[in-house]
Amino acid sequence: MSGTSLFLQIAQAVVLVLFAPIAAGVVSTAKARLQNRRGAGVLQPWRNLIKLFGKQVVLAENASWIFRFAPYVVFTATIMAASCVPPLLVHTPLSLTADVIALVALLALARFFLALAGMDIGTAFGGMGASREMTFSALAEPAMLMSVFVLSIGAQSTNLTTMISHTLNTPIVLQPSLAFALVAMLMVAVAENGRIPVDNPTTHLELTMIHEAMILEYSGRHLALMEWAAMIKLTLFATLIIDLFLPWGISIDASLAGVAMGLVAWLLKLIGFLLGLSLVETYLAKLRLFEVPEFLSTAFVIAFLGLLTHYMLEIGT
Amino acid sequence: MNAMTLAAGSGIAALAAAAGAGLLRGHLQRSALCLFLGISGLLSASAGLVGLLTSTASLILPLGLPWLPMHFRIDGLAAFFLLVIGALLVPVAIYSQGYLKGYQGRMDALAVFLPLFVIGMQGVVLANDAFAFMLFWELMSISSYFLVTFEHENLENRKAGFIYLLMAHLAGLLILGAFAVLYASGGSFEFSAMRAADISSFWASVAFLLAAFGFGTKAGAVPMHGWLPDAHPVAPSNVSALMSGIMLKVAIFGFVRVTWDLIGSGDFQWWWGAVVLAAGASSAVFGVLFALQQHDLKRLLAYHSIENIGIILIGLGLSMLLAHFGHPMLAALGLIAGLYHTINHALFKGLLFMGAGAVLHAAGTRDMESMGGLVHRMPATALFFLIASISISALPPFNGFVSEWLTFQTALMSPQLGGALLTAIVPFSAAMLALAGALAAACFVKVFGIVFLGHARSEAAASAHEVDAWMKVGMAIPAFFCLLLGLLPVLFVPLLDVIPRNLLDVSLAAHVHEHGWLWLSPVDVSHASYSAPVALAGMLTIGGLAFWWLHPKGSTVRRGSIWSCGNPHLNARMQYTATSFSQPLRRIFGGILQPDEHAHIERPAHKLLSQKVRHAVHVADPVVNRLHRPLADAVLTLAHAVQKEHQRGIHAYLAWTFATVLVLLAVFT
Amino acid sequence: MSMSLVQQLVDGLAALMLLVSFALLAQHRLLSVLHWFAAQGVLLAVTATIVAYGTGNHELYISAVMTFLLKGLLLPWLLWHVIKRLHVHREVEPLVNLTLTMLIALGITLFSFHIIQPIEKISESLTSDSMAIATACVLLGMLMMITRRKAITQVIGFLAVENSLFFAAIGSTNGMPLVVEIGIAFDVLIAALIFGLFFFQIRTTFDSLEVDAMHAALQDREDEA
Repeated sequence: MSGTSLFLQIAQAVVLVLFAPIAAGVVSTAKARLQNRRGAGVLQPWRNLIKLFGKQVVLAENASWIFRFAPYVVFTATIMAASCVPPLLVHTPLSLTADVIALVALLALARFFLALAGMDIGTAFGGMGASREMTFSALAEPAMLMSVFVLSIGAQSTNLTTMISHTLNTPIVLQPSLAFALVAMLMVAVAENGRIPVDNPTTHLELTMIHEAMILEYSGRHLALMEWAAMIKLTLFATLIIDLFLPWGISIDASLAGVAMGLVAWLLKLIGFLLGLSLVETYLAKLRLFEVPEFLSTAFVIAFLGLLTHYMLEIGT
Repeated sequence: MNAMTLAAGSGIAALAAAAGAGLLRGHLQRSALCLFLGISGLLSASAGLVGLLTSTASLILPLGLPWLPMHFRIDGLAAFFLLVIGALLVPVAIYSQGYLKGYQGRMDALAVFLPLFVIGMQGVVLANDAFAFMLFWELMSISSYFLVTFEHENLENRKAGFIYLLMAHLAGLLILGAFAVLYASGGSFEFSAMRAADISSFWASVAFLLAAFGFGTKAGAVPMHGWLPDAHPVAPSNVSALMSGIMLKVAIFGFVRVTWDLIGSGDFQWWWGAVVLAAGASSAVFGVLFALQQHDLKRLLAYHSIENIGIILIGLGLSMLLAHFGHPMLAALGLIAGLYHTINHALFKGLLFMGAGAVLHAAGTRDMESMGGLVHRMPATALFFLIASISISALPPFNGFVSEWLTFQTALMSPQLGGALLTAIVPFSAAMLALAGALAAACFVKVFGIVFLGHARSEAAASAHEVDAWMKVGMAIPAFFCLLLGLLPVLFVPLLDVIPRNLLDVSLAAHVHEHGWLWLSPVDVSHASYSAPVALAGMLTIGGLAFWWLHPKGSTVRRGSIWSCGNPHLNARMQYTATSFSQPLRRIFGGILQPDEHAHIERPAHKLLSQKVRHAVHVADPVVNRLHRPLADAVLTLAHAVQKEHQRGIHAYLAWTFATVLVLLAVFT
Repeated sequence: MSMSLVQQLVDGLAALMLLVSFALLAQHRLLSVLHWFAAQGVLLAVTATIVAYGTGNHELYISAVMTFLLKGLLLPWLLWHVIKRLHVHREVEPLVNLTLTMLIALGITLFSFHIIQPIEKISESLTSDSMAIATACVLLGMLMMITRRKAITQVIGFLAVENSLFFAAIGSTNGMPLVVEIGIAFDVLIAALIFGLFFFQIRTTFDSLEVDAMHAALQDREDEA
C-alpha cells in the first residue's frame, strides 16, 4: 500500500468524523425551519461537544470501570466502522479491513458496550434503555443483512470497494430488487440511529425513549464521546446508503480533481439525504413501542422480496 | 513424536487420573485428579496439533472382541477434535484444582467418573471401527450420567438424569442403526471397509437420517434438545463446562465422521443439506429465544449451547448443500466455518461455565435475580466473563465473530441452487443466523448486566469474594485463546485445511491469506476480507489518542449520587431485573414462547389504590412438554405394564415362553 | 443487457405490484387499505399502457384507460363512500397478527415462485417473468380474505384477486380481447355495487359488518326459530 493512498484513507475518515456534528446540525436546523422555528444553527452540535469536553466528569458513586471504559469503546468502534466506508475515494487500502458484515459487527460492538454502560449504574432507566436497544437492534439485524445480501449477490462480494465499483461499472438498468433493498435499508437506518418514527432523539425524559435512557448518567467528556459517536453513526449510515445505491460522483483514482469532485458530490448527496430525513421526522409521529417490531419485520419482508424479485426477474433473462 | 503415541499417552494419563482418584483420598485425590487430567489434556492437544500437521496414523490394539481388535486412527478430523478436547481439558483441570475444594471428602464418584468421561470422548474421536466407537460412546454417555446425577440428593437432579439417560440411549440406538446399515453395505465393522463400500442412495439416506437424529439428539439440536437444559445446569460447573464445551462437539464429530467420511460427500442428496440447515436455523433461533427467558444462569448457558450447535449445523448444512450442487470450494468453506465455530464454542462456552461456577460459588445460587454488582468484588472473573460474552455474541475482534463471518460468507457466495425454494433457504438461514447472533448479544448484555453490574440484589452477592488463583488461571487460558483465535484466524484456518482435503478433495489454504497474513479472505480478496489485527490496532490507536487528548494533567473525576428523579430512596429492588430485561422479546415472540404470566394486584383500600403487585412469569419449553414428556411417560407406562406382567407369577412366565416358542415356530417354518 | 426498456419497466411494475399486495396486507387502517387498493388500480393501468406500447396492441390502450377509471377511481371511491356512510373506518381487525401474516405471505410468494418456475421456462411472451408475481398476488389477495374479520376488507381482498388476474392476463397473453375485458370490467363493477348494497342491508339487519357477528346472529335466529 502506498503512503498517499493511506494518507487519503485517513483523511477521508477524518473528514467524515469532523463533518458528522455538522450533519446532525443540518437535520436539527432543517427540522426547526420546517416547524417555523429559527433553530440554533448547523454548528450548534459542535459547540455542545466543545462545551462538554471542557466540563468536569461527574460519575455515579457505584459506577464501575465498564462505565468509564464504554465511551471509548463506543467512540473508537464507531470511528473504525466509519473509516471503512469511503465517502470520497473508492480504492483505499484499509477498506479491506472490514467488509459490510464486519462493519455491522463493529457497530454491534459499540452497541454492546453502550447497553452495558446503561446497565452499570443500576437504575431502571438504564436497564430499560439497554433492554429496548438490544431488542430492536436484534430485529433490525436480519433486515440489514437481507438488504446487503441483495446487493452483494449482484456484485458477488461483500467488500464495499468491490460493490461500489460493480455499481459504477454496470450499465444503468432498472432493478426493482435494488429499490426494495434501498427501502429496507432506509428503514433499518432509521431504527439503528434512533430517529423518528422509532425513537425520538430530542427527548430526555420519556418512558418510550431508548438511546437517551442509556446515556442518562453520562456527563462531561464521556457524554461528548457518546454523543459524537451517535452523530458519526448517522453520517456513516447515510454515507453507506449513498455508496451502495448512488455512488456516482465518487472518485475512482486518487487525483486531486477527482477527490475534490468526490467531496462536492458526497456533500450534496449527504445534505439531500439529511433534508429528506428531517422532512420524514417532521411529517411522521413516533410509533408506539410495540409497533416497532412490526416496522422492522416489514423491513425484513421488503428486503426478502427484493431478494426474490432479484432471482425471479433479474437472473435468467 | 508420533501423534498416535501422544494420543495413547493422553488416554493413559486419564486412566492414571481415574486410578489416582479411586485410590487416594483428601486433597491428594483432588491434586492427582487435576494433575493427570491436565497432563491428559496437554497430550491430547499436542496429539491433535501433530496430527493436523502430519499424515494419518493408525494403531490396532488386541482388545475387545476376539475376532475384532480395536482399530484406532488419527486423521485430520480426529486430530482436530483431539485438539478441541485438549484445549478445554487443560484449563478445566487447572480450574478444578480450585473449584473442587468445595467438594472435598464427597467427590469420590465425581473423581472417578470424570476421567472415564474424558477417556470415552477421546476414544470416540480415535475409533476406527464401529465397535470401538460404540463402546467409547457408551462409556461417555454412562459416565456423564453419573456426573449429572452427582448431587443426587436433589429430586430435580435425578429427574434430569433420567431424561438424560433415556435420550442418550435413544441416540445410541439410532447411531447403532446407522452403523448397522453401513455394515450391511461394507461387510465389516471397520471404518475403512465402510468408507470403501458403495452404498445405494436409498440406504445412504437411511443411514444419514439415523445418524442425523442420533447425533442430533446427543448434540442437542432442536427438536431433540429437551434433555440438555435440564442436565447441564445440575452437574458441577467444571463438568458442565466439559459437557457443553466438548461432549456436544463429540456428537458433531460423530455426525461429520459418519456422513462426510463413511457415507462420503459424493453420495449427498440435496435434501440432506436442507434438513441439516433447517435444524441448524431453528436450533439457533429457538435456543437463543429460550435462553433469553431464563433467569437460572446455568440453564441460560445450556440454552445457548443449543443456539451454538445450531450455528455449527448451519455451516455444515450449507456445506452439504454446496457439495451436492458441485461447489467443493464453497463446501469446504462451510465445513471450515462449522469446525471453526466448534472450537470457538468449546473455548467460550467452557469459559462461561467456569465463570458461572465462580459466580455460583460466590453468590450461593444459580438465580440471576439475586446477583448484581459483582464486578466490584470479583474483578478478574468479571473481565474473563466479559471476554467470553463478547466472543459468544459474535463481536469483533474475538473468535465468535470469525466463525460466524465465515458462515455468512459461505451463504453469501452460494450461487443459485436448484429451484426457488432451495435458493431462498440459504439467505433465509443466513438471516436467522443474524437474528440469533444479535439476540445472543442481547442475552449477554442481560447476563453481564444483571450478574456483574448494578447493585447487589442479595446479602450473598453483596459479600461475594474473588475466586482463588487456580480458578483465575483456569479462566484466563481460554480467554486468551478466544482473543488469539479471533485475531489470527489466518494462521488457524490453514491448520484445518487438511480436513476438507481429506473429505472433499479441495484445499482452501492458498486463498485464505493471499493478501498477506493480516487479511483473512476466504475465497478471493475482492469477494470479502476481514482483518482483526488491523481493526484492533486502529481501535487502540484511536482510543489511545482520544484518551491522551481528553485526560490533561489535573483533570479529576467527581463522584456523585445517582440521579433518581427526585426520589430519595433508591434501592436495589428498583433495578431492571433479568425478567424485565427480556419482557419486550417475550411479548414480541409470544407466539413461540407462550409465556404463562400472572399478575395479582391487591387493592384493599380502594380500587384505584394498588398496594401490592405480584407478577409471575413462567416460560416452559414446548418441545419438552409436547414431545419429551409424552415419550418419557410412554416408556414409564410400558415399564409398568411389564412390571405387572412380572408380578403375575410362574404361570404367566410359562405362558409367555410358550407363546414365544409358538411364534418362533410359526416364523421359521 | 439483453433486456429492453419495456421489459425492464414491466418487471419493475411487477415488483411494485407484489409490494402493493404486501402493503395491502400490512395496513392497520381501513382507509390506508383503500389507498393502496387504488394504487394497485393505477399500477395496473400503467402496466397496460406500457404493454400496449411494447406490443403495439392498440386495444390495450382502451383497456388501460378503462382500468384507470374503474379500478383506480370509481371502485375506491365507491368503497370510500360505503366506509364513510357506515362509519367503519376504524382499525382493520386481523385474525392473525400482522407480522405472522407477513411471514405467511412471504412463504406463499416463495411457494408460487417455486410452482411457476417450470412454466416460465416454456413461456416466451414479453412479460413471462411477471407470471410468478401475478400468481403470488392472487394468493396474497386470498390470504387477505382469509385473515381479516371485516366484510369490507374481504371484498377488497376479492377485488385485489381480480386485479392480479388482470395483471396475469396482460402479462401472459399480452391482453385479452377487448370484448372479454369490457365484460369482466362490468362484472366487477356490478359485483362491487351489489356488495355495496349488501353492506347497507347487512348493517341494518345485523348491526355489524363483522363476519363472525353475522354468523352468531344467524345462529341466534335459528335457535329462536
